[in-house]
Amino acid sequence: MVGFPILSLITFLPVLGMIAILFFPKEQVKPVKYLSLVITAIQVVLAIVLLSNYNYSAAGVYDEKSFQFIEKFRWINITGLSWLGNVKIDYFMGVDGLSTPMVLLTAIISFIATLSSWTINKSVKGYFALFLLLDAGMMGVFVALDFFLFYIFWELMLLPMYFLIGIWGGPRKEYAAIKFFIYTLLGSVFILLSMIGLYFSTTETLADGSKVYTFNMLAMMNPANSTQDGILSILNPNNLRFAAYIALFAGFAIKIPMFPFHTWLPDAHVEAPTPISVILAGVLLKMGTYGILRINYPMFPEITRQLMWWIALFGMINIIYGALVALAQKDFKKLIAYSSVSHMGYVLLGMASLSTSGINGAIFQMFNHGTITAMLFLIVGVIYDRAHTRGLNDFGGLAAQMPVYTGFVTVAFFAAIGLPGMSGFISEALVFVGSFGVELTRILAMVSTLGILLGAAYMLWTLQRIFFGPLNEKWSSLTDLDKREYAMLVPLALIIIFLGVYPSAMLDIMNTSVNSLVNFVSGNIDSLTISGL
Amino acid sequence: MLQVGLTHFLVVSAILFSFGIYGIVTRKNAVMVLMGIELVLNAANINFIAFAKYGNFGFSGQMIALFVIILAAAEAAIALAIVLNIYKTFLSVNVDEIDHLKE
Amino acid sequence: MSESLIINLSVLILFLPLFGFTTVIFLGKKFPKLYLFEVAILTSALLLSIFVLYAKLTFFNVKDIIAEFTWISMNNLPFGDVININLGVKIDNVAAIMLFVVNLISALVHIYSIEYMRGDRYYTRYFAYLGLFTFSMLGIVITHNLLMMYIFWELVGLSSYLLIGFWFHKKSAADAGKKAFIVNRIGDIGMFIGILILFTNYKTFTFDVIFEQIAAGNLPFGSEAWLTAAGILVFMGAVGKSAQFPLHVWLPDAMEGPTPVSALIHAATMVAAGVFLVTRIFVMLTADAMLVIAVIGAFTSLLSATIALTQNDIKKVLAYSTVSQLGYMIMSLGVGAYVFAFFHLVTHAFFKACLFLGSGSVIHAMHHEQDIQKMGGLKKKMPITYWTFLISTLAISGIPLTSGFLSKDGILAGTLAFGKLTGHWLIPITGFTVAALTAFYMFRLVILTFHGEPKDHHKFEHAHETPWVMTAPLVILSVLSIFIFYTPNPISPDAGWFMKNWVKTPTQVVPDNTRYHHMVESTEEAKAEIHGEIVHSVEYTETMHWAHYPAMLMSLIVAGFGILIALIFYTWKKVNADKLADKLKLLYKGSLNKWYIDELYDKTAISGTLNFSSILAWFDQKIIDGAVNGSAWLTRVVSKFSGWFDTFAVDGLVNFTAFFSGFVGFSFKKLQTGKVQTYIVFVIFSVIILLLLFKPF
Repeated sequence: MVGFPILSLITFLPVLGMIAILFFPKEQVKPVKYLSLVITAIQVVLAIVLLSNYNYSAAGVYDEKSFQFIEKFRWINITGLSWLGNVKIDYFMGVDGLSTPMVLLTAIISFIATLSSWTINKSVKGYFALFLLLDAGMMGVFVALDFFLFYIFWELMLLPMYFLIGIWGGPRKEYAAIKFFIYTLLGSVFILLSMIGLYFSTTETLADGSKVYTFNMLAMMNPANSTQDGILSILNPNNLRFAAYIALFAGFAIKIPMFPFHTWLPDAHVEAPTPISVILAGVLLKMGTYGILRINYPMFPEITRQLMWWIALFGMINIIYGALVALAQKDFKKLIAYSSVSHMGYVLLGMASLSTSGINGAIFQMFNHGTITAMLFLIVGVIYDRAHTRGLNDFGGLAAQMPVYTGFVTVAFFAAIGLPGMSGFISEALVFVGSFGVELTRILAMVSTLGILLGAAYMLWTLQRIFFGPLNEKWSSLTDLDKREYAMLVPLALIIIFLGVYPSAMLDIMNTSVNSLVNFVSGNIDSLTISGL
Repeated sequence: MLQVGLTHFLVVSAILFSFGIYGIVTRKNAVMVLMGIELVLNAANINFIAFAKYGNFGFSGQMIALFVIILAAAEAAIALAIVLNIYKTFLSVNVDEIDHLKE
Repeated sequence: MSESLIINLSVLILFLPLFGFTTVIFLGKKFPKLYLFEVAILTSALLLSIFVLYAKLTFFNVKDIIAEFTWISMNNLPFGDVININLGVKIDNVAAIMLFVVNLISALVHIYSIEYMRGDRYYTRYFAYLGLFTFSMLGIVITHNLLMMYIFWELVGLSSYLLIGFWFHKKSAADAGKKAFIVNRIGDIGMFIGILILFTNYKTFTFDVIFEQIAAGNLPFGSEAWLTAAGILVFMGAVGKSAQFPLHVWLPDAMEGPTPVSALIHAATMVAAGVFLVTRIFVMLTADAMLVIAVIGAFTSLLSATIALTQNDIKKVLAYSTVSQLGYMIMSLGVGAYVFAFFHLVTHAFFKACLFLGSGSVIHAMHHEQDIQKMGGLKKKMPITYWTFLISTLAISGIPLTSGFLSKDGILAGTLAFGKLTGHWLIPITGFTVAALTAFYMFRLVILTFHGEPKDHHKFEHAHETPWVMTAPLVILSVLSIFIFYTPNPISPDAGWFMKNWVKTPTQVVPDNTRYHHMVESTEEAKAEIHGEIVHSVEYTETMHWAHYPAMLMSLIVAGFGILIALIFYTWKKVNADKLADKLKLLYKGSLNKWYIDELYDKTAISGTLNFSSILAWFDQKIIDGAVNGSAWLTRVVSKFSGWFDTFAVDGLVNFTAFFSGFVGFSFKKLQTGKVQTYIVFVIFSVIILLLLFKPF
């Protein structure tokens, strides 16, 4: 596999697909759909190839040598700008245990979302072009190791999302799209500011011995690369690192979304078409927590240690607040959206513990939440396509009418509740093991267990309101799942159950990296001795 | 005996120049204005030659005078052509009526 | 006979029902006869479990057979290097017996359901669910660690949820299923936190390793209080699953499920899982934890016995009696009578399953009539059901020659000894009161159902004995309620093999100063004993002996008294029950309405949570989202203002410049005549003026 640019391929394949789609005539709807399906299927295959060549014992995180599938070359090289020095930006991609699960998740969810997009019939060409662009942006975020490149991908996925919600969305789509766009853009601004601050605080030594500023994330993690007077330099006594940490964190927290920045999510979900909801909940939310793990944690370890309790506190608030608000919802999709808020709280709680089990649980929860919530949104889509309503109180007794569908719903709901035997249980349990193990977050972890109870309450209540009780005669013409819907739901259900029974399949991927991350962030490694950059 | 000197030449040329200017400013007919210009040019020619004769410049004065004559001929031709065009456009050669520059 | 055979067979027994479940759930639609496959699977599992039980007791009587594998292995900073989360199987005598009990009742219920559920729309699915339940329950029974216990604990909750809500088109059934799951979850949270405490300290979920560590003096977070807390928290799981106060409210509602399900899950096996859990963690319970357990058990048994007195739904009476008996077992564990608690678990499983299946038989015959006030005289119509029901009733009332007499008597003796040794006399008093109440309400049930005159003649005429697939399980279960299977001596369980050889009270591992003084064995030899032989001090053993006969005598008296009252009320009708109820209106109403506990929860916890969640939803929409929209609004206002400023101030300046130039230009416009001659005049005058001004000459 050496030398084969698999990461570039997996990232830019959708862009190629998008260009190809643009050449199709407008009326040819079928080829466009099939082409997108093929592209995303190839992505899944590539992700599996990547996984089969993955070295489980390589740590990555801060050490460039143990990253895998690295692609690195000088991308932008501007010399002789007197006031900046030389601007050198790398095209730098690679994966480790933090990003590989996310790459897998992105590939799978994109494929499923493409299947789910079959029902789109308004300007199909534009839809799939934007969809593939979005896909590329998401994939890029997870594989980029250069901050500049990361930021480009981060912004790249924003624009298609805006249009996908704003054009193909529900009745209040413009409002939701603009809210999503501006909110996320606000976060991006914070990230941009911190990124530039970090750029001017980090230098890289070139082959000829000269030092240039760099966007290389791994270089930014190593205090040895700090300049003496950079504003975010650890060597600068008047540094603004705390402010930069908060800015970055806020930028990522909007994406998670963390209380109190979460209100864009229900609106975006409710208005977005089903496949976009799937993408949004399945992949986009993970970017926030991924960013914190990839950027905040190793670049600012001392501040991370300082703020552990606060991160856990917000995790706890997310869990309980999200669950309680979900309990009061009357719209199926909104309920699932708030359950996302609740479930992402577990990720925060696990991360905050700064222990291997906690962060393993957090990343695993990111993956599991991706698959489970994707399934939940697909489920909402199925019923919405048929009944054109999402009111929880409009239904009743559908279990008799749509038994197979009810079966899938039960699987998804119980997975979301955290039933053992399904993947969500393992990740939540690990999160609790980690956060309970650390004395600092112990009380918060104990309070957070209430989330398990509330989760059961709102999920089962929903199940009952929609599926149980006497059949509402209005819906006696609803049909059960068709083949395409099977194709969307079965793989997700299988993944959920497989990882619930055999979690090591996923945990082993991330274990080495997470351990190394915990080691690095908790200061066990004398970071000044890290070489290799 | 009145010695004809530089002053006389200059006086003649000044008078000629003044007539020329007067013609340019007062005449309404474009052709008359042209003739005024010719007078001004010739006044200049007289000056050149006078200075060439009484100054120590060699033949350059005469040379320039010759140029001016040639140019004046060319200018007259072009100017007359312009006047003809003006006449075609405005059906008049009265310069008072041709005040489009005002706009 | 090798250990690995027993392990392999147990694992096979565990997975057989799961195989049945997956087969039937996926193929059941195509092959409606597949339920027979599920029944066959359970029957073979039963045969295997009989073999395992026999092999275990014969060849490895005192040895625990353990097998485990590493499920998750990962690094574990900052607590240590690596943790291995192991899953495994532990077959000790208790597990082997439970394997048999669960499989037996499950198999009987399968067979019984063939007839009982016939014609149901989701017939095959029902059998699939039964398979799923059996799988989960067996998992609880054979696990050797807390995590797997928790996993199967939740799976049992799922299958219980599915089976309670099996007739999902009834709102009450769906409600009951939801309630069962959520109420259980409350207990599970406590259990989960307890497990977390243990795991955080010992880095393992395995029972034996944890106990070894505690025995070595390594307490959770170094304090006895945490050990007590861990015990009570794990016990909370049992409070949920075994329907102990204050989480007992789900079990009576769970009777919405099909009656065989009530027999299997909500009487014999699943609800006993809580008791089983406590027997598993028994050795790590401190005296304080045990007291809490004993008090909760005693209070629950009394509370639900008082409710059972006045219920009119045949299944509700049995449900409250189940809660009461479970309270008995929990109380028994709390007072340290470990063996009797487990013994009662087994005997109760048989006779309560028999009672439920018998009630199912009655309900089936009466066309889904469940009100005992409308029954009567069924004795003649349904003799087999009647006799089996009566034997089980005698057993639950604690009449000699039945299994219930043996186990109940042991429990009462345990509480009596406990009362004498610690001075907590309220517990034995509660125990005896409940015994009397039990005898009363059970006989009330029997008399109203089977004796006397039929009240609903139409239904009575149509009633008939149920077919053999339903009566055979009744006969088997009622036969198992006779003493001979447990001991040759009908008045002393101690002489029997169950007590003597099979189940022993394990030695506690908690530090001496946190045990009851009577449970501390001070001699060195006894301490050296590793596997569970003895435990109790000489003092305790003597007190148990002292308590044996008084307890037996008293239990006989109170049971007889209870039966007598029932006869006076309902057979001889010396006292009119309705008039008495009128006189004690307050008490009667309270009992009939379950002491309004459901209503209390409704008014406080449930509506409190729902109201709070609505308030939060409002807060979310109006305040938080309001803040977001507000800032958007503010931005728009500011932009409007700056737009105005831009138009009138900034652009105004620009326009003014232009206007000014224009004005100047307009003023000088007059000079521009457009006539070349005028210009020349200007030029000439200008030149002259310039010349005059600068005077170059």
